[in-house]
Amino acid sequence: MPTFTGSIDQELAQYSDLFMLIAALIYTGAFLMFALDIARSSVTIRRLEADLAAEQEAERAERSAQVRATASAGAGSSAAGSAGAGGFDAEGSGEAPGAVEASAEDLVDDEMTYTGIARPLANVAVALTILAALAHGFAVGARATAAGRVPWGNMYEFLTTGALVVAAVYLVSLLRKDLRFLGTFAVGLVVVMMTAATIGFPTPLGHLQPSLQSPWIVIHVSVAVFSMGLFTLTFAMSVLQLIQHRREAKRAAGMLSDTGGWQFMRMVPSAMALENRAYRINTIGFVTWTLTLIFGAIWAEEAWGRYWGWDTKEVWTFVVWVVYAGYLHARATRGWTGSRSAWLSIIGFACVIFNFTVVNTLFAGLHSYAGLPE
Amino acid sequence: MTQPSAHRDNAREDALTEAESTADGGSGASSGRRRGDVAVPALGPVGMLRWAWTQLTSMRTALMLLLLLAVAAVPGSLFPQRVQGQAAVERWLDDHPTAGPILDSLQVFDVYSSFWFSAIYLLLFTSLVGCIIPRAKKHLEQMSSPPPRTPRRLERLPQHGAVELDDDGPAPEQAVREAARVLKGRRYRVDVREASTDARGREVPASVGAEKGYLREIGNLLFHVSLVGVLICVAAGSMFSYSGQKIVTEDESFVNSLVSYDNFVPGTAFDESQMEPFSVTLDSFERIFDRENPSHYGQPLDFTADVTVREEPGAEPEEHELKVNHPLTFGGARVFLVGNGYAPEVTVRDGAGDVAYSGPVVARAQDSVYTSTVVIKAPDARPEQLSFVGLLLPTAQEGDSGAAVSVDPALQNPQLQLNSYAGDLGLDSGEPQNVYVLDTEGLTELNSRTSESGGLSLGVGETAELPDGLGSISFDGVTNYIGIDIHYNPGKTGVLIFALAALAGLILSLFLRRRRAWVTATTNEAGRTLVTYGLLARGEDFRLREETIALRSRFEKQWPVRAPEQAHHETPTDEQDGPGRRGRGASGREK
Ligand code: HEM
Repeated sequence: MPTFTGSIDQELAQYSDLFMLIAALIYTGAFLMFALDIARSSVTIRRLEADLAAEQEAERAERSAQVRATASAGAGSSAAGSAGAGGFDAEGSGEAPGAVEASAEDLVDDEMTYTGIARPLANVAVALTILAALAHGFAVGARATAAGRVPWGNMYEFLTTGALVVAAVYLVSLLRKDLRFLGTFAVGLVVVMMTAATIGFPTPLGHLQPSLQSPWIVIHVSVAVFSMGLFTLTFAMSVLQLIQHRREAKRAAGMLSDTGGWQFMRMVPSAMALENRAYRINTIGFVTWTLTLIFGAIWAEEAWGRYWGWDTKEVWTFVVWVVYAGYLHARATRGWTGSRSAWLSIIGFACVIFNFTVVNTLFAGLHSYAGLPE
Repeated sequence: MTQPSAHRDNAREDALTEAESTADGGSGASSGRRRGDVAVPALGPVGMLRWAWTQLTSMRTALMLLLLLAVAAVPGSLFPQRVQGQAAVERWLDDHPTAGPILDSLQVFDVYSSFWFSAIYLLLFTSLVGCIIPRAKKHLEQMSSPPPRTPRRLERLPQHGAVELDDDGPAPEQAVREAARVLKGRRYRVDVREASTDARGREVPASVGAEKGYLREIGNLLFHVSLVGVLICVAAGSMFSYSGQKIVTEDESFVNSLVSYDNFVPGTAFDESQMEPFSVTLDSFERIFDRENPSHYGQPLDFTADVTVREEPGAEPEEHELKVNHPLTFGGARVFLVGNGYAPEVTVRDGAGDVAYSGPVVARAQDSVYTSTVVIKAPDARPEQLSFVGLLLPTAQEGDSGAAVSVDPALQNPQLQLNSYAGDLGLDSGEPQNVYVLDTEGLTELNSRTSESGGLSLGVGETAELPDGLGSISFDGVTNYIGIDIHYNPGKTGVLIFALAALAGLILSLFLRRRRAWVTATTNEAGRTLVTYGLLARGEDFRLREETIALRSRFEKQWPVRAPEQAHHETPTDEQDGPGRRGRGASGREK
């Protein structure tokens, strides 16, 4: 790969830097909107409840003329939805009754489909995120074009490309599921990564050092960054799951009044739905992380002659893999599902972040490509 | 933990299935129908205990061991490891005279070969083998026996539903056969059961039992077996492996035999006869630095070593390029370019005017501009042995402090900055010495920046006389050297194959769904055929509902089905199961 022969397009590189800043600013705006959406969720909920009440009133009038059985379907789409998802797993008959009441209070659907609840602030936030991601995509693409190589050769590039992947994974998931409740977390993380890149590790565009000039960098790093994007989402879900779980436990114990508690959590799916969704994403993340590990070993074999040498970076990649393997086992181990497996998912993500930040910058190893000045 | 979870592990499912299929056959017969709700596996208390033990203990143990393994791996990243290099460990031990030896005795510097790390993974793999053998046996049995018995009450399954056929629909026996065909079309393995009466004289309707997704469990087994394969290949590979380093200067040759290595690490079962007798001669070495980008000016872009190789003594010489990430391969052994630097060529003459040393000296680069440390030892010098220590500056320039510094990695103004010493170097004592380190204790300093005679500063072609007529040193020129790593590990192909097999198994086991379906057909009070179906997943399955809906629409295409409203009240559900939560969640009836 004689990538070093081309010269660097400095003008394009400057555009890249500029758009990176613009993207960071728009993300910040999107983040604020998402946060505002949380803060204003009690208003949204009140409006929604008024709507629901009106709807039910209308139905009651209609229903009086009809058979009783048909009417139960009109109890609000949200209730029907969550009961549907819940019904699938509730073979333990002891668990069922409580859940019916619970679903009456929650305002979203456990399948995380769009329910048509108007959340203007969240919608603006999503639109801003798309805009930012476009600018961001241009910035990353321009940097790659300017240098004629993949844009992941140092810490600045890992962070900006990683942030783009997080944003893209989040936006693509939004197409399929209503994950707007994750916005503050996902976009918040993107903002953190962009800030760290542009303020913490600004690195002028250059060529790759010889040890990074391998096709495996494209494969290995892209799979790694993609996995990290997935683990970021599941991390946020697991955190919400724990919060939601506590709230559900309180409510079951009758300690939560209807207006009390954290209003926003009523717009977040149930702990169990979060757990399931996180699990499904984590299984994909585990497979791609396994690929990361295998590709990394192949690359190490190509570059250094040994596929595994317990280099710091390798140690942490292994630790992350084992923790998520533990997570998958926990999901199949009685007594370890629910909150405990959520904790494992959170710990796994903490290890990912540690591997990415502390190991890249502080630990000396063969993998020290952070591109930091000595 | 009483927290509900959507995940049903196999144990819970098995219990459910058992309960369904032997609902009234067990000890609870006298208590009447309601007893059937309680999950009593037909194994008896001892069997159940054993079953509970294998299901719970081993899985939980595996989980604990996995988490323990993750924790145990961490110290290896916090403390220097001998597998990485002895030098860092020595330094750490020197810096921590009290903690060092204690940690060393706990094998903290050899984490991955320590007794505790080994104990954890050996236990884990023992548990793994103990886990997969019975699982494999059980799965083989399941694959060669018909799908499980039809549960008595399909409406107790997580997904279920019923269709009532029109008057002109097929009779129950025929409907069941047709349902079997539908299921087969969806790639289920099916088993048609005729109507009969059970041991207690009750009627058992005709039914079909079906199951698919056996590959999921095979994937799981493949994954775990492959992990064992990886471990074995890693172990075997490292036993027969060898690796080592060698520094080769321009025009020098390296022959792959034990004596030529600077540093050699054999595996426990290494045998010298394994070594391929190839040789590599460094003809020239080229570096390309970035000269276009102001911000990265001087950053290395490319290293190329032109080498001549011989597969074995007397073989035809072949010319090759050796580059970073592009090793040379000789049989199973591979040669990697891992480092490079400058080797200043010097001639040292002693007090008698004889040449005491002449040739290149390997200088070790310390930074990105190749400021390199140089140590020259001339034990043959008379009357006193001579030695030198200092720096090679590739592009020397006056620095701020007055001392010269290197400002560029290329050789634009090479300069040697040396201190010189006279005295016994201690090389005759037979104790091995590091050639890159000079212990100046006991030596007489001749030149240094603080001494009277000043430090030595030499450009190419210059010669400096040492004080007191002890000799001279000339800087003749600069050549290059490369650092090569030689690696031989016969296990790596096996490791790769098993790793890929594990990956394939993982994908199968995570993304395939194992499902069971049953369909029964009876004649209802109205004389019409009523087809009831129920589905059950083994393991995680978030799409069972979709499967149920798809199955139902197939049935509706297959037969003339009465409209749901008409059929609704005739569905033989449990009395408690109104059109409430369970009924709704369980089928695609509304769709
Ligand atoms: C080297 C250590 C191990 C690793 C890295 C590992 C990893 C995994 C992973 C990633 C899965 C989820 C994917 C799948 O379903 O195949 C899994 C599942 C499973 N593992 Fe392991 N495992 C290990 C050891 C063990 C041991 C010792 C046991 C036996 C106690 C075991 C029993 C199982 C079982 C029963 C499942 C299936 C769970 C289910 O039905 O969902 N594993 N393992």
